[in-house]
Amino acid sequence: MSGKRSTFLLTMLVFGFAFLYVPILLVIIYSFNEGKLVTVWSGFSFKWYVSLFSNDGMIDAAWNSLRIGVMSATLALAIGTPAGLVMSRFGRFKSRTLFSGMVAAPLVMPEVITGLSLLLLFVTLEQLVGWPAGRGVTTIVIAHTTFCAAYVAVVVQSRLTGMDTSVEEAAMDLGAKPAKIFFVITLPMILPALMAGWLLSFTLSLDDLVIASFVAGPGSTTLPMKVFSSVRLGVSPEINALATLIILAVTILILISSLLILRSEKMRSRTIDPATIDD
Amino acid sequence: MSSDKLTLKQRYDRWMIKHGRVLVIGIPYLWLMLFFLIPFLIVLKISFATAEYAQPPYSSLFTWIDEGVNITINFGNYLFLLSDSLYISAYINSIRIAAISTVITLLIGYPMAYGIARAQGSLRSVLLMLVILPFWTSFLIRVYAWIGILDREGLINALLLNLGIISEPLIMRQTEFAVYIGIVYTYLPFMILPLYSTLEKMDVSLIEAALDLGCKPWKAFVRVTLPLSMPGILAGSLLVFIPSVGEFVIPELLGGPNTLMIGRTLWNEFFANRDWPIASSVAIAMLVFLVVPIMWFQHIQAKQAENGQ
Repeated sequence: MSGKRSTFLLTMLVFGFAFLYVPILLVIIYSFNEGKLVTVWSGFSFKWYVSLFSNDGMIDAAWNSLRIGVMSATLALAIGTPAGLVMSRFGRFKSRTLFSGMVAAPLVMPEVITGLSLLLLFVTLEQLVGWPAGRGVTTIVIAHTTFCAAYVAVVVQSRLTGMDTSVEEAAMDLGAKPAKIFFVITLPMILPALMAGWLLSFTLSLDDLVIASFVAGPGSTTLPMKVFSSVRLGVSPEINALATLIILAVTILILISSLLILRSEKMRSRTIDPATIDD
Repeated sequence: MSSDKLTLKQRYDRWMIKHGRVLVIGIPYLWLMLFFLIPFLIVLKISFATAEYAQPPYSSLFTWIDEGVNITINFGNYLFLLSDSLYISAYINSIRIAAISTVITLLIGYPMAYGIARAQGSLRSVLLMLVILPFWTSFLIRVYAWIGILDREGLINALLLNLGIISEPLIMRQTEFAVYIGIVYTYLPFMILPLYSTLEKMDVSLIEAALDLGCKPWKAFVRVTLPLSMPGILAGSLLVFIPSVGEFVIPELLGGPNTLMIGRTLWNEFFANRDWPIASSVAIAMLVFLVVPIMWFQHIQAKQAENGQ
C-alpha cells in the first residue's frame, strides 16, 4: 500500500469518526453545565439530571416507551425469526418475491408513509370490526412490531446464510422432525443473532418518533414525542441530561452484548475445533 | 383406516410435517400482509376521497343504494397537487436534497469503509463497532446535537465570535446546509456498513495483480476496486436516499421554514390541516416515485442473500 494512500485513508477515518462523535460528546459535556446557555460553560453541576427526574411528564413518557419497546421487540422476534428462516432456508415457493419484498421494503420505507398508512388501517379496522378501539399503546406496538420484524428477519437471515448446514442435515438424515431440528439445533446456533435482533428492535422502538406520532392516542405519549415537542423550541439542558443517560445505557448494553456474542463464538469454535481436526 | 390407530402425538407430527412449512411461512406472511401491504391499498383508497368534517374526516367512496354500490372517486386531490406549485417544489427539493446528501455520504463513507476493511484484525472490529454505536443511539438526539452546534447562539458561532474571525453570527441552522449535515450525519453508518461488507470480502490479490502488471494505483482503483464494490455502493446509496426523500425530523428541526421537503408537507397536511385525503395523495405520489428505487433495493438484497448461500 502506498504511503500517500494510507495517509489519505487515515485522515478520512480520523475526520469521519470526529464528525460522528464530537456532536455526541458536546451533548454529554454540556449536560453537566450549570447554566442554561449551551455556549457558556458556567460550572459543573448535576442540576439538570435532578430536574429531569422531577419532570413527571418525561418519566411517564419514558415508562410508556420502555413498555412499548419490550413488547414490540418480543413480538418482532416472534414474527421476524420465521421470516428470516423462510428467506434463507425455504428455497423457492409461490409468491416468494412478494414475501421478500414485504420483508425488505419496511427497511427503507419513509416513516411518514408507514405511519400514515398504519393509522388509516387502524381507523378502517375500527369502522369495520370495532378493533382496535381507539389508538394507544396497542396500536404503537403493532406499528413498531411491523418494521422491527423486518430488521429481525434481515439479522436472522444473514446469520443463517453464513452458517454451516451440515449439523441440521445430519439431524434430518437421522430422522429428526423439522420442528425439533429448529428448536434443538438451529435456535441455539442463532441465539446471538436473536439477541442482537431483539436489542435492535428495542432501540428502534424506543427511538421512533414519526410512526408513533401517527398511531398514538391520548395517554400514550412516548419519550421521543415528549423530547421532540420540547426540542422544537430549541436546546434545553434537561434534554442534554436525558441524551447522556440514553447514550450511556446504549453503550453499556452494546458492550455487554458484544462481549457475550464474542464469548459464545469463541466457545463454539473451541467445541467445533476438535471435530474438524478429526476429519 | 390406519389413521385411527395413530396416537394423538403421531397425528400431530404428521400434521406438522405436512403443514409446518405453511405455518412458518404463514405467520410472518399474514402479519406483513395485514400491517404492511393492505395499509397502502387503504391509503390509495382514501387519496380518492374528499375531506369532510366527520369522524374519520373523509368521505366514503362506496355508498349503498337500492340498485347496488355507488362509487364516488375524487381525482381532485391529485389535480390539486399538480396545480399547486408548493407540492411540486417540495418534491423536487426532497429529491435534490436526498440525492446531494447521498453523494456526500458516499464520498465520506467510502474512504472510511475502505480504511476499516484494510485495518488489522482487532483494530478493525473496534472501528466497526465505533461506526455501529451511533446507529444504536437515538436518532432524535443525534439530530438534536446539531441544534446546539449550528444555532445562532450555538457553539460554532460562539467559537468564531470569540476568536474574532466573524463579527456577526453566521446563519447556519434553519438553512438547507444544516439539513445536509443532519442527513449525512445520521445516515453515514447506513452507507459505511454495506460498503464495508463488500470491500472486506474483496480479493486483494486482484489489485495486487493489477499493480504488478504495471497499472497505476488510481487506475487499479477505478478499474478493479470500484466495480467490485458496486453492490455495496448501490445498497448503501439506496439505504440513504430512499428514507431521506421522505425525511421529516431533520428538515423540521434543522431546516428553515423555506426548506420544503415532502415528508414535512405530508406531516403538516395531516397534523396541522387535518386533511387526510390530501396527505394520502401526497403519500401515494411519493411512493410512485420511490417504487423503482425500493424494488431495486429489494432486488439487491435478494441477490445478496442468494449469493451468500
